[in-house]
Amino acid sequence: MTISLNRRDFAKGLGGVVLAFTLDPALAQQQKQLPGSLNGNRMLDAWIRINPDGSATVFTGKVELGQGIITALAQIAAEELDLPLARVSMISGDTGRTPNEGQTAGSQSIENSGTALRLAAAEVRHILLELASPRVQLDADALTVIDGVVVSPNGKSVTYAELAASVDLHREATATVRPKPTGMHKIIGQPIPRLDIPGKITGKASYVQDLRRPGMVHGRVVRPPRYGSTLEAVDETKARAIPGVIAVVRDGSFLGVVAEREEQAIKARVALAESAKWKLGPELPDPANIFAHLKSLPTKVEVIGVKQAPVLASAPKVLEATYTKPYMAHASIGPSAAVAEFKDDKLTVWTHSQGVFPLRAEIAKTMTLPPASVRCIHTEGSGCYGHNGADDVALDAALLARAVPGKPVRLQWMRDDEFAWEPYGPAMSMQAKASLDGEGRIVDWNYEVWSNSHSTRPQSTTGANVLAAWYLAEPGKMGSPTSPPQPAGGGDRNSIPLYDFPNQRVVHHFIQDMPIRVSALRTLGAYANVFASESFMDELALAAGADPVAFRLAHMKEPRARAVIEKVADMAGWKPGQKGDGTRGRGIGFAKYKNLACYVAVVAEVEIDRAKGTVCVCRAWCATDAGLVINPDGLIGQIEGGIIQSASWTLHEEVKFDRNGILSRDWSNYPILTMPEAPQIAIALINRPTERSLGAGEGSQGPTVAAVANAFANATGKRIRDLPFHPERVKAALG
Amino acid sequence: MAVTLKVNGASRTVPAEPDTPLLYVLRNDLELNGAKFGCGLSQCGACTVLVDGKAVRSCVTDIGSLGGAEITTLEGLGTADKPHPLQRAFIGEQAAQCGYCINGMIMSAKALLDRNARPSEDDVRQALAANLCRCGTHNRIIRAVLRAANEMGRT
Repeated sequence: MTISLNRRDFAKGLGGVVLAFTLDPALAQQQKQLPGSLNGNRMLDAWIRINPDGSATVFTGKVELGQGIITALAQIAAEELDLPLARVSMISGDTGRTPNEGQTAGSQSIENSGTALRLAAAEVRHILLELASPRVQLDADALTVIDGVVVSPNGKSVTYAELAASVDLHREATATVRPKPTGMHKIIGQPIPRLDIPGKITGKASYVQDLRRPGMVHGRVVRPPRYGSTLEAVDETKARAIPGVIAVVRDGSFLGVVAEREEQAIKARVALAESAKWKLGPELPDPANIFAHLKSLPTKVEVIGVKQAPVLASAPKVLEATYTKPYMAHASIGPSAAVAEFKDDKLTVWTHSQGVFPLRAEIAKTMTLPPASVRCIHTEGSGCYGHNGADDVALDAALLARAVPGKPVRLQWMRDDEFAWEPYGPAMSMQAKASLDGEGRIVDWNYEVWSNSHSTRPQSTTGANVLAAWYLAEPGKMGSPTSPPQPAGGGDRNSIPLYDFPNQRVVHHFIQDMPIRVSALRTLGAYANVFASESFMDELALAAGADPVAFRLAHMKEPRARAVIEKVADMAGWKPGQKGDGTRGRGIGFAKYKNLACYVAVVAEVEIDRAKGTVCVCRAWCATDAGLVINPDGLIGQIEGGIIQSASWTLHEEVKFDRNGILSRDWSNYPILTMPEAPQIAIALINRPTERSLGAGEGSQGPTVAAVANAFANATGKRIRDLPFHPERVKAALG
Repeated sequence: MAVTLKVNGASRTVPAEPDTPLLYVLRNDLELNGAKFGCGLSQCGACTVLVDGKAVRSCVTDIGSLGGAEITTLEGLGTADKPHPLQRAFIGEQAAQCGYCINGMIMSAKALLDRNARPSEDDVRQALAANLCRCGTHNRIIRAVLRAANEMGRT
């Protein structure tokens, strides 16, 4: 169809009907939807370049956070290009060089970047075969590639190196070349060792903390006693008298220092903090009533999951329960860091942000620089597990660097900067109510969740979204936070049950005001929602007199969900109806992460010291189905890490605060799981080579908390519905 | 001020005050990346080095207090081409996710193996009890230390 009519003529001919159409001439060139991140980054050479030596350089907008993604993406590219892994080099997360793939978050890198690379690499290989075809005098279809050499059955061959000069990849991807069938995979599916580990184990520069630029100096910042405070006065004399101090930087209530040496900057920070006079911001809510307080704030109510069927009124048994999850910290081992260099009106920032493009937009906006003058280059940091201080410290470093043009400034936050100022995973309340019929089947499920936003990342609102921007003399203000929509969801992630209930109603109460700074922590709302709904499933099973595994299976139709539940029960030697003995017990938890990604079931075994009130998660078994597995060892590492992290959240973690401010400022008041406490873990992967790969970086946390909570109830006969399971709470529950 | 230190077998003079924590001198003057800043409070273990064979938190150890002590960092154990058995075992077990804590794990494990060549799993867990890992790599780390002990015991 050719659209050459102008809009008015066309409209005349059709009368009023035309209003129903979007009749833009651009319609004619409407772009075909491409899979994964190819859709937003459509040129092949944005992803892959063939170098003169026949090797390939592969570009991705996703970044390494310790999850092993760069190795997995290299495997995908090498597989489809038919190159040895060693001849694929990876460039990631650089606003000057790579595709823009937004944030590296939500277990989506294999699904989005992996899909893009798989298709782009297959297409590049095909282009190379077509170029090779006349040279070896045979059709492209008849050719094979072995380690970057195109081989023809007639004995002729040509290398990628020989083809490199004539290949033009500056063309739009078509996504029409089929990737290899899984049966032909040689690199995908293999437990390839991580590319970054040898350097990390031997002290090679691996992190932004290790970056050293010529002439580099050191920065530190001084934050207020609590949120929203303003700096009334500061006596800089003492700080400036410290040898090596180059600049004290003050812009409104943003305060920092730059010194020749790191220890000098730290001393100056102390001196500035001691002399700073702050007008305190609003008091924090009372921690004793935090959940009631949050529920009292204005909410946006969304009914997100409704199923309706006639209910058989056979004297149903009705159960009701309320669960809570406190604020939790990302608690990275290394405080966030960045290096920034301001030179000739151009700013370069080395950052471990999860999204270099959104960060660049925020920095450019805050510092009124054209985005083209700002380059953000991803350089690994300590693991972040979501939106920690990475973006904030990058803006801090940039503000300090602007004060000392030409001098690169390295800034690593101190431990209390990170703990007190990072955006936490929000506190949440969950309320569940369900009815059982005479046969012990759930006939009605009502579930409500109250939560703040789980994403206040850079560019998440129309306003300013990075910490220092709110404290400048001309402050930026945050816009209205939003929640990612279903089906992935934010605070409501995994709140819609996957079980087959005839009637259900799920309500998301989105609380906009944030008395305590919050954002994305690994799994967003899924951890809390799986804790609540899978705990409630066990409470219902108990009321129905059913075994928890059998009860789940009786309500679950999805075969892949059933498969992981059955598998983990088998692995753990699950005995139906087995009761705990007061100190030891077992429980199960299941979720399909986001209701869109990997299927995970976990059985946990706990031991309780009733006198001390401590809980040991001694053993865990886990079955995971993440579709086609790219790197089994990497996948196991992510799932196992998630189980241990979730055990830590569940047993220990809660951000402490009072009306005056945040109290969790170091590891003594934010303890995490230690080496002696780590459970023994067995993991089985159900590989499904013909299914697409499913994100798995956040798959095991929800099932683990549920398994632990259910194991505790199984062991003791008492149900704890408020996290974490700290000793006072355990002792109170046991009476 | 200048202070002279013995690091990985070599004598090094650094232009720093005696009250400077060893960590900053190792990282910034000697450009050794192994020891990491984690807390500055001796709570997490990321900055661990060996001082005369003992695991010490470099973030709270002033250089002025060290005298002629032998300081060993991660780089002093081995290199990517010639790794120490502990480093080889950590690579073999893929015992790192983000890897930020791993320096401390390896250095604390080195101190353990130097005093107990045949540790039990529980010995390893206890020896690393004050080294925090956030990614959940605990079990791989424990396996790597036991593997190194095993390999070192054979040679």
